[in-house]
Amino acid sequence: MSKSTKPKLSVWKFASCDGCQLSLLDSEEELLAIAETLEIAYFVEVSRATVEGPYDLALVEGSITTQHDAERIQAVRRAAKYLVTIGACATVGGIQALRNFANIGEFVSLVYASPQYIETLSDSTPVSAHVAVDFELRGCPVNKAQLLEVLTAFLAGRQPHTPADSVCMECKRRGTVCVMVAQGTPCLGPVTHAGCGALCPAYARGCYGCFGPKNMPNTAALTAEWRRQGVSGRDVRLALRTFNVGAEPFYRESERHEL
Amino acid sequence: MSSRSIHVDYLARVEGEGGIHVTFTGDQVTDVQLSIFEPPRFFEAFLRGRAFSEAPDITARICGICPVAYQMSSVHAMEQALGISVTGPLRALRRLLYCGEWIESHALHVFMLHAPDFVGYPDAIAMAKDHPEIVERALKAKKAGNAIVARLGGREIHPINVRVGGFYKVPTRRDLATLQEDLLRGRELALDAVRWTANLPIPQFEQDYEFVALHHDDEYAMNEGHVVSNWGLNILPTEYEDHFAEEHVPYSTALHSTHRGHGAYLVGPLARYALNHAQLSPLAKEAARDAGLGPVSRNPFQSIVVRSVEMLYAFDEALRIIADYVEPEQPHVAAEPRAGVGCACTEAPRGMLYHRYRLDEAGTIVDAKIVPPTSQNQKIIEDDLRRVAAQSANSSDEELTLRCEQTVRNYDPCISCSTHFLKLTVERT
Repeated sequence: MSKSTKPKLSVWKFASCDGCQLSLLDSEEELLAIAETLEIAYFVEVSRATVEGPYDLALVEGSITTQHDAERIQAVRRAAKYLVTIGACATVGGIQALRNFANIGEFVSLVYASPQYIETLSDSTPVSAHVAVDFELRGCPVNKAQLLEVLTAFLAGRQPHTPADSVCMECKRRGTVCVMVAQGTPCLGPVTHAGCGALCPAYARGCYGCFGPKNMPNTAALTAEWRRQGVSGRDVRLALRTFNVGAEPFYRESERHEL
Repeated sequence: MSSRSIHVDYLARVEGEGGIHVTFTGDQVTDVQLSIFEPPRFFEAFLRGRAFSEAPDITARICGICPVAYQMSSVHAMEQALGISVTGPLRALRRLLYCGEWIESHALHVFMLHAPDFVGYPDAIAMAKDHPEIVERALKAKKAGNAIVARLGGREIHPINVRVGGFYKVPTRRDLATLQEDLLRGRELALDAVRWTANLPIPQFEQDYEFVALHHDDEYAMNEGHVVSNWGLNILPTEYEDHFAEEHVPYSTALHSTHRGHGAYLVGPLARYALNHAQLSPLAKEAARDAGLGPVSRNPFQSIVVRSVEMLYAFDEALRIIADYVEPEQPHVAAEPRAGVGCACTEAPRGMLYHRYRLDEAGTIVDAKIVPPTSQNQKIIEDDLRRVAAQSANSSDEELTLRCEQTVRNYDPCISCSTHFLKLTVERT
């Protein structure tokens, strides 16, 4: 069908809000240039025309929450030379991973009147729990500039350059006054992976960890400081259990704090 | 008798995963299903046990295209439960944020998702090869809307600056003034969009719908008002559940809503336009009239024109709010926990969005209910599909499939939202 010699891009959705793939469409100035450089071979949110694999690059959004999706991700992997997860859902299971620590049968009956119609797995798992992943892009949602960097790096045949330090470091570089030190606002910046550009503190708010834990985070030291500033155990626990609850350092630390 | 079926397994150019299934026996349409196979997402269950203050950030994750809508319905519901109200410049800023989302979402749908159906392309990127000016216009308009959301909310998707009681940080007059130039240009682009969409080949398909939308006497309703319909409904959002019911069907992970005693109803741009035409700005009214729209449109294929009129209005309104803006003394009103129940309806780009929360005395969410616009439109979409398929029974499978897809896209369905909430199959037997 297609005689294009451009690298073939495919974009896949699993359990998600669409926000990370929407980041591609939100790249208003770059979108048409992307379409000139890459063949958009499979991107159902954008086009009814699909080109069969194999694909040079697969961007995967969303976590695996059904048996059907567990099988589908295997097919995506087989069809893709290079597979990149985009966002917290695909990378660590996302907000859907809250179910991993609850009784799923109870959840189904809370939301649906006829639970027998609903097929779902008890856990929300990241793509890497099912297939090999070549690169993981963090964030809920991903940062648009970082997503473009992933595409650029792929085209250039190099590793994407996405700094692995903390939101705290980004905040220092940005020159924002520390919200935790100056205002006593609880902030997850010291343990959260960089990538957002330290947005929340710039808006007088503590970081809420939507990029997930950085490597080797000292969560115990940070939560001790939160507690010293008067944050309840329940609130520490809740703060660590949001969009990256599936990331082991956040979940493990949350378990140390009682409701 | 011969049978025929049409299946669209995975409908493109909509948000989320769904399909269409139409079955004919002879010339008669015998079954229509808008099936939604997006995995179930359990948000109402996740909200139990969370702090009231977390609702705007958690519910934003229901939808990456309309996170502001979720943030707005949740904060208004919480404020009712906590007995506080947000007025003056903070209220105006929320309206401005919503204008940004309406522009961004409508520009995306009108040009990138819906227009290719009318001009015969599989997508906007293919359309851009022949008509670059249209797609470039779309992207510029979309960018101007996103710029509002990013300036006020911190980022376009899942904004970080919305909280119960107001904002974490409010912009200065100057912060907002820098948006003006792009918004003025955007308003011109939206005016062009109204003219351009009015000239698209729009199928004749008038239906007698019950339109349901929020209505406010003084403004085109976004965050506040009564829930009204063209069939005489006029209630407060607190009475929503007395009048509307949700049911669960086997082929969908989205619940179907009905107006008790009446049946299917329509929410979204057509409903808002019909019920709130008088509240549009003079510029938007004039553009609608010049485009040949009366004060009511009963043709869902015309929604692309109505969406463009709303986009024009949102630019106009955003400019008005920015011109009138006075920096508030505090970025938010204090919100202290207490036990209570609160509900709110606000107007998401694709239609009315209902939230209800019950809180305990510590402000913890005891239970939550969320009714997204796409759940409310599902029955109407199926009704439309049945009629469209019956009208087009003699068309080829390919033509019929395209027309059915277009019928669903008329509603700009947001499927991820509704799986708490598409795939087309046409079967001819």
